[in-house]
Amino acid sequence: MSPNTRNPEGPLGAGVPAPDFSLHRTPDQAVSLRDFHGRPVIVAFYPADWSPVCGDQMALYNEVLPEFRRYGAELLGVSVDGVWCHVAFARDRKLHFPLLADFEPKGAVARRYGVYREGDGFTERALFVIDGEGVIRWSHVSPLGVNPGADGILRALEALAGDRTPA
Amino acid sequence: MSRRDTAAVLALAVSERDHIQGPAGAPVTLVEYGDYECPHCGRAYPIIKKVRERMGRRLRFVYRNFPLRESHPHAQHAAEAAEAAGAQGKFWEMHDRLFERQFALDDEYLVEYAGDLRLDIGRFREELAAGVYEPRVREDFRSGVLSGVNGTPTFFVNGMRHDDAWDFEPLAAALERAASTREPPPGTAPDPA
Repeated sequence: MSPNTRNPEGPLGAGVPAPDFSLHRTPDQAVSLRDFHGRPVIVAFYPADWSPVCGDQMALYNEVLPEFRRYGAELLGVSVDGVWCHVAFARDRKLHFPLLADFEPKGAVARRYGVYREGDGFTERALFVIDGEGVIRWSHVSPLGVNPGADGILRALEALAGDRTPA
Repeated sequence: MSRRDTAAVLALAVSERDHIQGPAGAPVTLVEYGDYECPHCGRAYPIIKKVRERMGRRLRFVYRNFPLRESHPHAQHAAEAAEAAGAQGKFWEMHDRLFERQFALDDEYLVEYAGDLRLDIGRFREELAAGVYEPRVREDFRSGVLSGVNGTPTFFVNGMRHDDAWDFEPLAAALERAASTREPPPGTAPDPA
């Protein structure tokens, strides 16, 4: 995991219980982490809807979604954008996974995960893979302008599946 | 459980499973992850032909499928069509045809191209309809994701992702450099499996 100089505590790492949250994906529908108990969850914090690299990153995850789902994993995108912005962005890019609005109080969830950029007012480009018990198993922060790809996520899911199926 | 922070490397070594042009013992291996409906891959296609001419027997070229199905509705079937042609010994002929006719990739055209290449049309049609090569294309796609392919085309030169431009000059320069330094062949790239 990359060191993070922007957050004194740094991003939460493997072995730490993932802070629960409830965030809106549409004006009248909220999504909670605990809704997915028993299944792996990928939480992808990204700086903003519409910015080019995020677009590529989310477009890539949209393509790789069937691979994530093979592990029973759910993908949640999180940024500080509001729900209407998310709805428009998701529709424009035909995204098949929820985008959650860490909008009010702004960046509160990102702060608890140690990935909020105070001076900038948006989140790091940060990935968390959380197991079915709600424990973070892998996390990664990439430079803002770099698409982190999906290889780290797939490897983490593979390792999780390996742990779970020694029967 | 933490990610390597080094440059992206090819996660699946080049082997007999692959479609390969050029000699096995070539000092440079160029792997492309591509999508037949992707306009950038279409632009890369003649560039690859040109670098292959320039490098001659010093280069082996490998093509793997990375269909972006959400953006390109014909990409998956086109990839399977090339594999189906490959099963009848005409992979590269179909690969070339698809990139040259990128604007016409509906199933009816795929069958037409199979006819042009004198393939067994009945078998081609059946295999396409049954998705016989779907797992193979998926395996390519997955190996791309694990190798750090974030879009198409993505190239690997001797197992290392080529992050510079892939216009003729920069790509040819990277291949010449690889040929002169003789970096380890991709067979020695770490395999996570």
